[in-house]
Formats: sequence, structure tokens, C-alpha cells
Amino acid sequence: MFRQAPRLLARATSIMRARSFSTDLPAAPTSDSSFVEAWKKVIPNIDAPKTPLSFMQPRPPTPPSIPGKLTVNFVLPYQSELAAKEVDMVIIPATTGQMGVLPGHVATIAELKPGILSVHEGNDVTKYFVSSGFAFIHANSIADVVAVEAVPIDRIDPALVQKGLADFTQKLSTASTDLEKAEAQIGVDVHSALNSALTG
Amino acid sequence: MAMATLRREGRGFIPLISPNSINAARSSIPSEDLVPQGARSISTQVVRNRMKSVKNIQKITKAMKMVAASKLRAIQVRAENSRGLWQPFTALLGDTPSVDVKKNVIVTISSDKGLCGGINSTSVKISKAVRKLNSGPDKETKYVILGEKAKAQLVRDSKKDIEISITELQKNPLNYTQVSVLADDILKNVEYDVLRIVFNKFHSVVSFVPTVATVLSPEVVEREAEAGGKLGDLDSYEIEGGETKGEILQNLAEFQFSCVLFNAVLENACSEQGARMSAMDSSSRNAGEMLDRLTLTYNRTRQASITTELIEIISGASALEG
Repeated sequence: MFRQAPRLLARATSIMRARSFSTDLPAAPTSDSSFVEAWKKVIPNIDAPKTPLSFMQPRPPTPPSIPGKLTVNFVLPYQSELAAKEVDMVIIPATTGQMGVLPGHVATIAELKPGILSVHEGNDVTKYFVSSGFAFIHANSIADVVAVEAVPIDRIDPALVQKGLADFTQKLSTASTDLEKAEAQIGVDVHSALNSALTG
Repeated sequence: MAMATLRREGRGFIPLISPNSINAARSSIPSEDLVPQGARSISTQVVRNRMKSVKNIQKITKAMKMVAASKLRAIQVRAENSRGLWQPFTALLGDTPSVDVKKNVIVTISSDKGLCGGINSTSVKISKAVRKLNSGPDKETKYVILGEKAKAQLVRDSKKDIEISITELQKNPLNYTQVSVLADDILKNVEYDVLRIVFNKFHSVVSFVPTVATVLSPEVVEREAEAGGKLGDLDSYEIEGGETKGEILQNLAEFQFSCVLFNAVLENACSEQGARMSAMDSSSRNAGEMLDRLTLTYNRTRQASITTELIEIISGASALEG
């Protein structure tokens, strides 16, 4: 019985140690070995700095069959709205129009225009108005949507949208320099997208 | 006989030598007026002044630690929320710090204010090392400096390599709009093949890890995609929107730079507050120890002066009678 004790104790302590203290450091940090080697050759006294690769969970490889669910990461500068959420479908507002993404979608890089992003999970649909950004759809049914601003649709005030649209349309007509024209055009685009998001 | 004389003479000195007055002398510290006229005493003024100033310094450093702790709490939440921002880009484009290019631009992020431990020196050391790593024939390295402290250190030996330097970044609370304007400025004015952002990533209140994040320019991305390796399967991605792939890659690179820079600036600000907390904490502790040592010296000096007074008085009294 006492012979087993160190083994049991070691197992218990290793389980304890496996719990990491930091909230978001990954379990398996990887690093670019060629960078570290090159660093050590030129600058042996200082430890090589870490690179973002060591702070990220490695992504799973492409599965042989199409998975049932799509994993969505929807991030904004101020928070991660959806982190690794399993959904059935997302519709993203790409510059070429609304694009539906299902599990097994071909790998795509899409630039986004102001519009509605809807997340379909079973029977729930959550709609967000996104300002712009990028969407990456990977071959392993993971979709990353990076947006600058996003609000749930129920937080948008229709009266302010109308007012903003009128303001910017007026600015567009009175704009003189290219810069002013471009800014006014952007304002008109965003507000008309907001308008159609609220009505449509 | 001497004792009898002392007792006779001692009556005249009772107000001074009686136990009550000695207790009073011990309890009230500034007690110069209890010294009889003409007797010398060692001055404790010097030590008392030092004690006062060390105590004030201790109060100040404790207050600075509290301020840094509250600022850290506020900004840590935002930094952790922004950590998801750069991950999609690294997932798509990979992380290639050992890419070989002609024009390197090193963006060094540091603080404006001092008293924050060694993080600024660490950033500058790593920047200089990255520059050395990427030096070679017809390769050039330029600096873009955010923050006063790195500018002060780098201007000494690399003045001609500094393209842009930006200070007073934290005058208004950090937000994405400000950082994206900054990123736009940098991208417009600096020619680059690769941007390397050097900052201190915040792990915990006592641990800050120097990190280098790499952002490639669209041309280098194309070149690496053709060459294969990590970016090799970039071609398998369909491009939606825009006219050409080049345009999309351009927008992508710019967006990636602003996102990575935003996260880097927030992490560095967290590291700055954390480093300041620990620096001020060790400073308060040192001040406390110094105060203890000074108190001992003060008490020894004070007791020595009382003893000297006593000796002088007693020897004076015994000289008078003898």
C-alpha cells in the first residue's frame, strides 16, 4: 500500500499543477523555433521575446467530413461578443451582399460593409448591426468575424437614424472637397444600411 | 561623602533630574528646553529631519501604489477583452517573425511617465536586439516610437533611424478610434515591408513578458503565400468583395495593424501600471526599513545625549564640592 502512495501523490499533485492560474494563457504554448534559434545565435544574453503564436490555442485541422455545427468567433475591439460558439448558420454582410455561411463552407476572406450580421442557432436568431470589418471562414468550419463596432438591433433608435440620414445627405450635397464628400458618403451609406436593417 | 554632597546639591537640580522630568524628556521628543543653561547636548535635529522626509516619501509611494492599483483594475478589463482581436489574424496569416525582408519598421511601445520599474528599458533592449537580428547588407531598420521613455533612450544612439515618435498617448483614455488614426498615420508616412511591434504583454501583476508581434505588408504576404510554408494555403481562400486580391490584402494588412497595435498599447499600459505598483511597493518597504534604522539611531543619539548631560552635571557637581 505504501509503495503506491508516491505514485498516487504524484498523480494528485500533477492534476493540481495542470490547472493554470492565468485566465487566458493556452495549455499548449508553441513558438516559432526558427526565430528563437536565430535570436539565440545573434543575441545570446537576452531571452527571445514571445510571439503571438505562443498565446493562441492552435486551430484544429480540417476534418475529413463536414461537421454539423459552425464555430463562430465574433470579436470587437472592446470585447469578444461570441467566443467559439457552435451555431448552425451565420449571415454576414459582405461587400458583395449578404452571404450565408454553413458548416463546410469553402475557405473565404470577406470584407464587410455596414449591415446586419445574423447568427442562427436552432430557432434563435440574434441580429447585430456591424459597422465594417473582415470575416475569415476557414476550411475547418471555424468562422472569425472581426468588426469595429457592432450593436444588437434592438438598441438602435429609429428616430436618430432618420435624422442622421437627413444630415449626411445634406452634407453630401453641400460638400466641396473630396475628403468631405467621402466622409458624407460614408455617413449616408451607414445610415441607409441602418435604416434598411431596422425596416427589413 | 560625595553622595551626601550630591544629595545636597542635587536638590537644586531636582526639577531636572527627578524621574518625572526624565520620563517627560523621554516621551516628548522635542525637549531641548529641559537642558540646563550652559550644558552641551548632542543635537538630534539632523536625524529627526531625515526621519520626517523618509516618512513623507513613504506616504507618497504608498499613495502612488494605490493609484496605480486602481488604474490597473480599470485598464486590465479592457486589455483582456481586446485579446480576442488579434487572434483571427494570426489564425489566418500565421506568425512569421523570422521573415526575411529589406525594410523593417520596429514600433516600440513604452510609457510616458517614469517610476515604473524596468519595462521601458526591456522594450528598448528588445527593440535594439530585433534590429540587430534583422541587420544585413541592403536591409534597413527604422523606428516608430510610442511613448516618451523609449524616445529618450533610443534618441541617444539611433537618432537618424527614428521616423515618427508619438507621445502623450494616454492623455485621453485609450480607445480604438485613436489607435486606428495613429495606425493610419504610421502606415501613410512610413515605407515598410514588415512591421514589428515590441511591447510588454501583461500576464499578471508581477509578470510582464516582452513580446514581438509581426505584421506583414500585402506584397510580402503575396510573396510568402507563393513561396509556401505557413502562408502557403492562403491561396485556397476565396476572396469576397473588392476588385482585386491585392486591394483586399491591403485592407487586411491595415486592419490587422490597427487591431494588433490596439491590443499591444492596452497590454503595455497594463504592464506599466503593474510595474509601477510593484516598484512603489518595494520603495515603500525600503522607506519603512530606513525609517526603522533611523529610529534606532535617533534613540541611541537621544539616550547618549541624556547620558552626556547627566555625566556633565554630576561631574560638575562633584567638581564644585571637591
